[in-house]
Amino acid sequence: MKLLTFKRGIHPPDGKHFTASKPIENLLPKGDLVFPMSQHIGAPCEPIVKKGEKVLVGQKIGETKAFVSSPIHSSVSGTVKDVTPMLHPNGSKVLSVIIENDGLYEEHESLGPKGNYKDLSKDQIIEMIKEAGIVGMGGAGFPTHVKLSPPPEKNIDTIIINGAECEPYLTSDHRIMLEETNKVIEGLKIILHMFPQAKGYVGVENNKMDAIKALKEATEGIENIEVKVLKTKYPQGAEKQLIYAITGREVPSGGLPADVGCIVQNIDTAVAIQRAVVDGRPLMRRIVTVTGGAIKEPKNFEVKLGTSYRELIEAAGGFVSEPVKIISGGPMMGIALSSLDVPIIKGSSAILCLSKEEADLPEERNCIRCGKCVSVCPMNLLPLQLNQYAVNYDVDKFEKCHGMDCIECGSCSFICPAKRHLVQSIRTAKKTILNNRRKNA
Amino acid sequence: MSTEMYTVSSSPHIHSKDSIQSIMRDVFIALLPAALVGVWVFKFQALIVILLSVASCVGAEALWQKLTHQKISVNDYSAAVTGLLLAMNLPPTVPFWLPIVGGAFAIIIAKQLFGGLGQNFINPALAARAFLLASWPVQMTTWTIDGVTTATPLGILKEGGEALPSITDLILGNVGGCIGETSAIALLIGGLYLIYKKVISIRIPATFIGTVLILTWILGRGGMFYPYAIYEIFTGGLFLGAFFMATDYSSSPVTVKGQYIMGLGCGILTTVIRLYGGYPEGVSYSILIMNLAVPLIDRYTQPRIFGEVK
Repeated sequence: MKLLTFKRGIHPPDGKHFTASKPIENLLPKGDLVFPMSQHIGAPCEPIVKKGEKVLVGQKIGETKAFVSSPIHSSVSGTVKDVTPMLHPNGSKVLSVIIENDGLYEEHESLGPKGNYKDLSKDQIIEMIKEAGIVGMGGAGFPTHVKLSPPPEKNIDTIIINGAECEPYLTSDHRIMLEETNKVIEGLKIILHMFPQAKGYVGVENNKMDAIKALKEATEGIENIEVKVLKTKYPQGAEKQLIYAITGREVPSGGLPADVGCIVQNIDTAVAIQRAVVDGRPLMRRIVTVTGGAIKEPKNFEVKLGTSYRELIEAAGGFVSEPVKIISGGPMMGIALSSLDVPIIKGSSAILCLSKEEADLPEERNCIRCGKCVSVCPMNLLPLQLNQYAVNYDVDKFEKCHGMDCIECGSCSFICPAKRHLVQSIRTAKKTILNNRRKNA
Repeated sequence: MSTEMYTVSSSPHIHSKDSIQSIMRDVFIALLPAALVGVWVFKFQALIVILLSVASCVGAEALWQKLTHQKISVNDYSAAVTGLLLAMNLPPTVPFWLPIVGGAFAIIIAKQLFGGLGQNFINPALAARAFLLASWPVQMTTWTIDGVTTATPLGILKEGGEALPSITDLILGNVGGCIGETSAIALLIGGLYLIYKKVISIRIPATFIGTVLILTWILGRGGMFYPYAIYEIFTGGLFLGAFFMATDYSSSPVTVKGQYIMGLGCGILTTVIRLYGGYPEGVSYSILIMNLAVPLIDRYTQPRIFGEVK
């Protein structure tokens, strides 16, 4: 069978062997839980609990009235210890609710099945997803209810569940597809119930043949769902590249997947939708891969949101060697952390602890114009040119040469023999331009 | 609260193993077969010229970087590649001071004065060759070894005089010419190695050589559909230029379309110079002229980006 894919891209070392065959282990938190009030793209939440207040599992502890936002729920029962700014995995300090776990896991009365989703309307389901605090769990954290509410004039005919997991080292989605296959499919069925004219796809890279087999078995006889085998290539799981691979459609520059009739959801997000709509449970857990050459026993964990990164590393046996870098997420797009005392949030797909050998920080040299960045850019940009405009603060030329279309996958920086900080400079220029636009708006 | 601090940097956190050094080393390795044939054909004399040229380039780069308080980066092999390329573009009979002057010119004038690695707008080795040819034309066009004058095949084609060498001698390298240009097969092996290692793409060499072949066949010496077109692509420095010099990173386009234009332009200019120009050989000048057009080519061949709406 012909493998579906996009043009260009890279083949980084995959590092998935550490954890690909490790079943998900359930990990209960030991210490306090920290819930940053911003775990998503959009308006941060306001804490709705006070210091000293008793909270239950699934109780809402933060919310806002903004549409592009997502409420936060407690994942344990216990007492609010404090409401104060704490270090967030993105490196900044964010107002957070700290809860002392009483270990009883008493559940809030709002939890529990709400009946058959097939009897619910699209708007009712969107409201349930919004109330459950579901956001894209691949890392960016875009609120799922917003993604599922495209403008009415967009004719959505394709729902894609993103099982590419193209980031090296990450295996959390892989394990979910194997161990919670039916939940993934049911999550997709719920979305298809909301978009009855659409067809559902699960796209999986061909380095996860066991997951493909499990998904194919689980979807046998389901007419409007198809499992698509993708070529293992980075960034196969980038939204635009995934849509292209499966449908052959190009999301227009500056546009959204809905412009080409598509909605893409992450694997763990599909499971979260199933849990919210069928089981009546808000988003309180996620699957996290703890891995890297510096970790003693790399593993996949199911953890409660708010658990400290440090506890996960301890549960994975601690370090075998002094790690040089701790990364929240994968090595291509993840964020390097300065400390282990940050909580698992909705978008924490992995904790990657790179040893000295893995975390090379090579010296930046002159661009030799070899054109390797051009030959790998999935957006067909000229990264060397954008880098030049970015470091010269030439924002006009940067925009003219489509710098804003960069998806920041990092393929250019990966491949560059001169080790130039290509995507870094492009990212900075994009931020500058967005800030200017906001100021001038 | 702990106080440990880990390295924080922007993603990506892993990088490919390729480096400037590994790429330049590959280019150096790829040039060796042809250089060895040169030494085999022209003996000890050629070896000395090669060593002097490489030493001059590396020495000039180190000295310049030292004097300008830059980090000395001769261990990246780029100066050594320039030196080897320059020597391969010299007749084996040149006086020994000539490669030294040439190497210094290539590195200091053509490369460092324009900003060093990656910043030169023309190929340093070719710039040096052009400089030497203009300054010392006699030494640069004497092909006498052990008292025997061996004209280059293209010289014979242009001016007549001797019998042409056989095509087998031409492919193997048993003919007169510059040190590194004689053996088409050795150059092809090196070029294919670079393509296999993904150091260069086949676009420029294939279009360059293909254009020369087709144009020479059509326009031909003495009429259309010239039967010796195949013979001519193995002559002169065409393979050396097409695989190793027109593909020089800093002086060739980075866009796919631009690389085809580069090959096409070099091919047209080479054929025109060879057939109608004053010089028997046109590869060097065609590449130098196209080098000047590279910024323009890159500008007008910007690729269509993914999802671009016109």
